[in-house]
Amino acid sequence: MDISKETLFDLHHRMVRIRIFEEEAGKLMESAKIPGALHLYVGEEAVAAGVMCNLSDQDQITSTHRGHGHLVAKGGDFKKMYAELYGRSTGYCGGKGGSMHISDMDLGMLGANGIVAGGPPIAMGAAFANKYKGNGNVAVAFFGDGASNEGAFHEAANMAATWKLPLVLCCENNGYGEFTPQANHQAIKDVADRAVGYGMPGVVCDGMDAVAVYEAAHEAVARARRGEGPTLLECKTYRFFDHVGIRGIGLSYRSDDEVMEWKKRDAIQAIEKRMIEVGVATAEELAAVHDRVKIEAAEAIAFGEASPWPDESTLLKDVYNND
Amino acid sequence: MTQAPTSEPRKLPYILAITEGLRQSLAADENVFLAGEDVAGAGSVFGYTRGLLAEFGAKRVIDTPISEEGIMGLGVGASACGLRPIIDLMFMDFIGECMDEVLNQMAKMRYMFGGKATLPVTVTTMSGAGMNLAAQHSQSLEAWLCHVPGLKVVMPSTPYDAKGLLISAVRDNNPVFVVFHKGLLGMPGEVPEEPYAIPLGKANIVRPGSNFTIIATSKMVHEATKAAAELAEDGIDVEVIDPRTVQPLDSETIINSVKKTHRALIVHEAVRFGGLGAEIAAQIQEEAFDFLDAPVGRVGAPFSPVPFTPALEKAYLPNADKIKAEVKRIVGRAG
Repeated sequence: MDISKETLFDLHHRMVRIRIFEEEAGKLMESAKIPGALHLYVGEEAVAAGVMCNLSDQDQITSTHRGHGHLVAKGGDFKKMYAELYGRSTGYCGGKGGSMHISDMDLGMLGANGIVAGGPPIAMGAAFANKYKGNGNVAVAFFGDGASNEGAFHEAANMAATWKLPLVLCCENNGYGEFTPQANHQAIKDVADRAVGYGMPGVVCDGMDAVAVYEAAHEAVARARRGEGPTLLECKTYRFFDHVGIRGIGLSYRSDDEVMEWKKRDAIQAIEKRMIEVGVATAEELAAVHDRVKIEAAEAIAFGEASPWPDESTLLKDVYNND
Repeated sequence: MTQAPTSEPRKLPYILAITEGLRQSLAADENVFLAGEDVAGAGSVFGYTRGLLAEFGAKRVIDTPISEEGIMGLGVGASACGLRPIIDLMFMDFIGECMDEVLNQMAKMRYMFGGKATLPVTVTTMSGAGMNLAAQHSQSLEAWLCHVPGLKVVMPSTPYDAKGLLISAVRDNNPVFVVFHKGLLGMPGEVPEEPYAIPLGKANIVRPGSNFTIIATSKMVHEATKAAAELAEDGIDVEVIDPRTVQPLDSETIINSVKKTHRALIVHEAVRFGGLGAEIAAQIQEEAFDFLDAPVGRVGAPFSPVPFTPALEKAYLPNADKIKAEVKRIVGRAG
């Protein structure tokens, strides 16, 4: 598959946006400027960028507790995102969702989710609606290796395969279910092996390589659009930061050496090296992307910080739809 | 269909009132579909979806795998994306299999997203004991659902209510649980042929009365009405209120009645402890304490799983005799 210059820039831009958004968000959380807990996506950028480059705004995704990266890659507005993390009225959810429920229905982003494997059944329902309406849209459920052990995942996978729904089940296998290594929570190495049990293709790709993810997702999304049913796409990846925040809560569950080894495979550095080597970009052009995104983030953080808190009168608003 | 020569109102059993409510809801809107275990080919284990597959086709009347959490997720995702699903949860007891999708997704998505999601999903399900189906096929778990902000819950006690509340549920732009009672399926009653909607959140005064109020739900409405007829012979003129919708609850109708009658009893089939009766009793003492001539009473099932054997199940269930005894105890105390 030939990757165009535009696609390479697109993948790179989405990954840089995620990286900078998350690094800044992590700092704001650990300096107690942002309330609550953030699960940061740094290290896994290639997965969100590679998949989302194949989707339109009308295609839906469901996300996870580690959800900022998915919304950024889907085209999320930094201002509304930071404002939501700050809990302000100008945020995506008016401050009612926060990091773990951030969403944008207009972009087909059906929410980060605080429940492990909460998303796959919802994405399956969205895929059902697409098929019912015949609108040609595809739904993608992001979930982790840990979620692949939940009953909700199995039920959604089986139903999607049985009904040939336009769904991609995208497993971000970062090697840990929270703090428990994969080998201690499942007897298989490849989550994609489970696909055969549902009667769908299972594909493994390098989740640290945005082009590899883009290509694998391209076929899975195309297959779904053709009406041939779901694919279980497993992306092998790694979270550079801890389960929560950057430094985390200091649990000893993986070695510094392991983290360093994975950081050598940084997906942003890899795509920049490739773009320069094949001559589609100069180092200066790529650095300029980072600079622009840093400005975008700084402006959005200032917007979030300056935004008003939601009024107490909104407390009971939108528990129900009264229309 | 031939018209009857007289203008006598048409009667249907509860089960066929459900079917008619489903049929008219499917006919009214292309975005409505019905999905659940054995609702298509088999016509549901209770028989209330019989004929709907033939009439509406496999696109809109769908047999699902036995996957309650998946089915509930289907309802969440499809409704968030513009459809109006009717999800059938065969027995209410099976809600344990899908409570995450109900509790954490369906009920909260709109609020969590700052009002940007709308989930017009209806869940039909079957509650109730009395059929010797034992502990896992007989429960009344409506209090669980009523405790979760974001859900609406209705409990039809008659064929008329079964159809009218179901149609309202499907038209509503929120998740609504329609909790039927399996012991009412054969009960006949007047049901107009045309589609009609019973407003959600509005109670029904089943029997007006002047000096005692019974608030009863689902099948217990009939036990309460029977008790009321017998108590009338003793000069106790009972007003029977069926909330119809238990979330949101029509507190106003209940409080106004108690202010008039000065005594109240709440009756439900669910276990007494932590049941709706506790909530309603609390509201009455908060809003009408000065009007009360006696403590508010509650009749419900004892704190036990539903037993299988007919001998014990009969002892477990509330009935007209138990209601009468409790009313007399309350009245005696006041006297």
